[in-house]
Amino acid sequence: MAQLKIQQLVKRFGNFVALDHIELEVERGEFVVLLGPSGCGKTTLLRAIGGLEIQDEGKIFQAGIDISRLPPAQRNYGIVFQSYALFPNLSVAENVAYGLHNRKADRQMTHQRVEQMLTLVGLPGSQEKFPAQLSGGQQQRVALARALATSPELLLLDEPLSALDAIERQRLRSEIRSLQTRLGVTTIMVTHDQEEALAMADRIVVMNLGKIQQIGTPKAVYRRPENDFVADFIGRANVLRGTVLEGQCIEIGQIRLRYRGTEACGTNVRFHIRPEEIRLLSTLDRSENSFYAQVVKTEYLGAYSLYTLVPQGASGSELVAQYATNYLNGWRIVPGATLRLCIPPEAIRPIHETP
Amino acid sequence: MLSSTTLPTRRQMPQRLLFGKTLDDYLPTILLLIAAGALSVFLLLPLGTILLGSFRAEDGSITLSRFAEYFASAGTTTAIWNTVWISALVTAITLPLAFFYAYAIQRSCMPLRGFFRLIGMSPLLGPSLVGAISFIQWFGTQGVLNAWLGGHSVYGPIGIVISSVYASFPHAFMILLVALASADGRLYEAADALATSRWRKFTTITLPGAKYGLISAAMVVFSYTVSDFSIPKVIGGNFQVLAMEIYVQVVGQQNFNRGAVIALLLLLPVLLAFLIDWRVQRRQQASLTARAVPYAPRRSLRRDGLLFVYCAGLAIILLSVLGMTAFTSLVRFWPYNLELSLDHYTFGLGEAGVLDAYLNSLSIAGLTALFGTPFIFVCAYLLEKCRSGTGWLQTVVQAMATLPMGVPGMVLGIGYILFFNHPLNPLNGLYHTLAIMVIANVVHYYTSCHLTSLTALKSIDREFEAVSASLKVPRFVTFWRVTLPLCLPAVLDIARYLFISAMTTVSALVFLYSPQTIPASVSILNLDEAGEMGPATAMATLIVLTSVLVSLAYSLLTHVLFKRYQAWRHVGR
Repeated sequence: MAQLKIQQLVKRFGNFVALDHIELEVERGEFVVLLGPSGCGKTTLLRAIGGLEIQDEGKIFQAGIDISRLPPAQRNYGIVFQSYALFPNLSVAENVAYGLHNRKADRQMTHQRVEQMLTLVGLPGSQEKFPAQLSGGQQQRVALARALATSPELLLLDEPLSALDAIERQRLRSEIRSLQTRLGVTTIMVTHDQEEALAMADRIVVMNLGKIQQIGTPKAVYRRPENDFVADFIGRANVLRGTVLEGQCIEIGQIRLRYRGTEACGTNVRFHIRPEEIRLLSTLDRSENSFYAQVVKTEYLGAYSLYTLVPQGASGSELVAQYATNYLNGWRIVPGATLRLCIPPEAIRPIHETP
Repeated sequence: MLSSTTLPTRRQMPQRLLFGKTLDDYLPTILLLIAAGALSVFLLLPLGTILLGSFRAEDGSITLSRFAEYFASAGTTTAIWNTVWISALVTAITLPLAFFYAYAIQRSCMPLRGFFRLIGMSPLLGPSLVGAISFIQWFGTQGVLNAWLGGHSVYGPIGIVISSVYASFPHAFMILLVALASADGRLYEAADALATSRWRKFTTITLPGAKYGLISAAMVVFSYTVSDFSIPKVIGGNFQVLAMEIYVQVVGQQNFNRGAVIALLLLLPVLLAFLIDWRVQRRQQASLTARAVPYAPRRSLRRDGLLFVYCAGLAIILLSVLGMTAFTSLVRFWPYNLELSLDHYTFGLGEAGVLDAYLNSLSIAGLTALFGTPFIFVCAYLLEKCRSGTGWLQTVVQAMATLPMGVPGMVLGIGYILFFNHPLNPLNGLYHTLAIMVIANVVHYYTSCHLTSLTALKSIDREFEAVSASLKVPRFVTFWRVTLPLCLPAVLDIARYLFISAMTTVSALVFLYSPQTIPASVSILNLDEAGEMGPATAMATLIVLTSVLVSLAYSLLTHVLFKRYQAWRHVGR
């Protein structure tokens, strides 16, 4: 049985539809990331699961129980916010113990539990400190400890890493993931950072305009985006148009490329190609799916560079290719140069629109 | 490994009450309903009664005859015209005075800025009529500086204008202090890079930046002058203004309905000013972005020197007003016998039985702070932090919390007479009691305290309520353990403000007291009318001293409290 089941969830703010018939199931112990641009409804969905917003239509079940109309206090979850939301006037220990029983008989147990939780998040011994004495990353760890201290069935993370600097963000990212795996707590995280989503999630739920665009594992979402939005939002993508010919070929301008599709001959298709899948060949290489292209623009980005290219024979279709610095191995590519490129058949992915 | 067996269990699910909701879910709505009820009874209904009283004839029909009668009576147009030009003149004088004083404190490097700031607030320590009494001592027929007026009498427009400027100065000053507190330093740097002259920078950056503050201050000073009656009462002679007309009609002739008609006329310009200010304030929000670099003034001998001379001059004048009052109260018989004595305190107040008024005022002020502070703060908390399904209720309470700013104390007072003095009103017993004066004060000063609470509440994390709900901690526990400690500075500030305001106010209370419950500030008015200048100034000095002591106690209390119980405020990274 799914830990969380969401059926036909609708939420409107005035005329604005924040959630448009959302359907989602989350398995026990799963780490699901809601990914999308700001205003796509991902935070509203998270808040609806927590009972902080009440949906207009639809139902939410947790462990088989209908919790659609329950106030937050009667649901079973812990939550961590981007702003940490630590109580600044309470010590770290008091913050972590905030949801625990504070009766005298339980003091010893509370004390132990706080110590256990702080060790778990890597901050042993900081019980007596105040939040203001900790760094952002440390504060977020305390917030995590506080949310987990009551052993909730469900952990909700609302952009927990967005307020941190880049290094701290990466470190905490892997810590949260390994902590989640160890505790086995079902987790739903909201983020607008695709890299974060790819790195952490068991499954990614891509959202836009209040609708779910695609649900899938990071690999599936990256490699088989189901529409333009997903293709463009996760990673970069060249979206091209072509006509299908006999023998699994696509014609773009005067260039013919083999691909692994099953579209009927003569149909117009749109397909996308990831920039890092465009290969660079030596100038005289004649292998399958290769063609010449002229460099229009180069953009150096340290570990890799981006090149804007115009294929010969298909000048209407600009391509962006990405080459890692070590892949180029010292090769200097300047605007105006002509390159021999190859797009492997499996890198050409037709887009099947799902309305 | 983490085991879940030895853990303290989560809090028990709270008892269910109705429709699956608990008391914790209903409590905010219940409390908000109570607040709405209280504000309706003590604000809306009295104001409504004024409307009824002025539009309804003796036989119950709706008519404009009371207005017609009033406009037909002699001196009405004079009173209206006088009120308007006096208030406009006071605004025109006070605004630049306060602006440059605030400018010197916020935007220069002159010494003693903290001291000047305190002195600028000093007129708030006593009732507004203290200035009028003091100016009579300075410029009256026996005044030290009588010759300065070149033969004109201080009783009349001259006296009203200077006293009103003195009394309204701190109100404008406070607003402009805030308006000038923050500026984007990058604008000044950009101007410097373009070799802009000092004057041009002032007119193109500084003034526009303080525009909203200036409008706000102008509206406040104008409304203040329009609605204050105690200054014209003390120093106005026979000069007619609207506020004084109300006083004469209600207190002198017991003609409440005529008073209500004039009160409505008075309410109009004040409400208008309030609405303008309110609209302007709402537009001000986004003027400073988070990325702005705070402006830090640099030393400039010429500018700082000039501003220092200006501030010192103004500070001496401000101090001389309170100084003269204190001095008069300490000499045997101004200006003939300048021997120092405490006679006015012992005989003039103590043995004449007037000292009770002082004790009354202490009770009123104490109770106003004691009951007003929690009421206003909890109400603001409910509005800001407990947003739930009851949208209309929140809107209504929010509107009622904002309204008192636009209602002069006198108008509120007349509303209270008409409403509570009505024989059919079950709350009739409140009339003439200390309780009704306490309530009138809380309502009269509601809005500023409400805004202070909102500002404090808005500055704390929006998600605290969500976090405690997810941890199953009841709302009121989080209020007590977290919200209240975080807002303690604001709460104490509100208590101090309510105490001092209640101690010094005259306007609403002048219609509500009985001989047993007369407050000190009103007794000054009566002593002045009886020509008892000595005791009047003694009482004024007592009030000022009390305000000073309360302010000192407040500073001390906050200092000790924060040091001992709120260590978290001082920890840095």
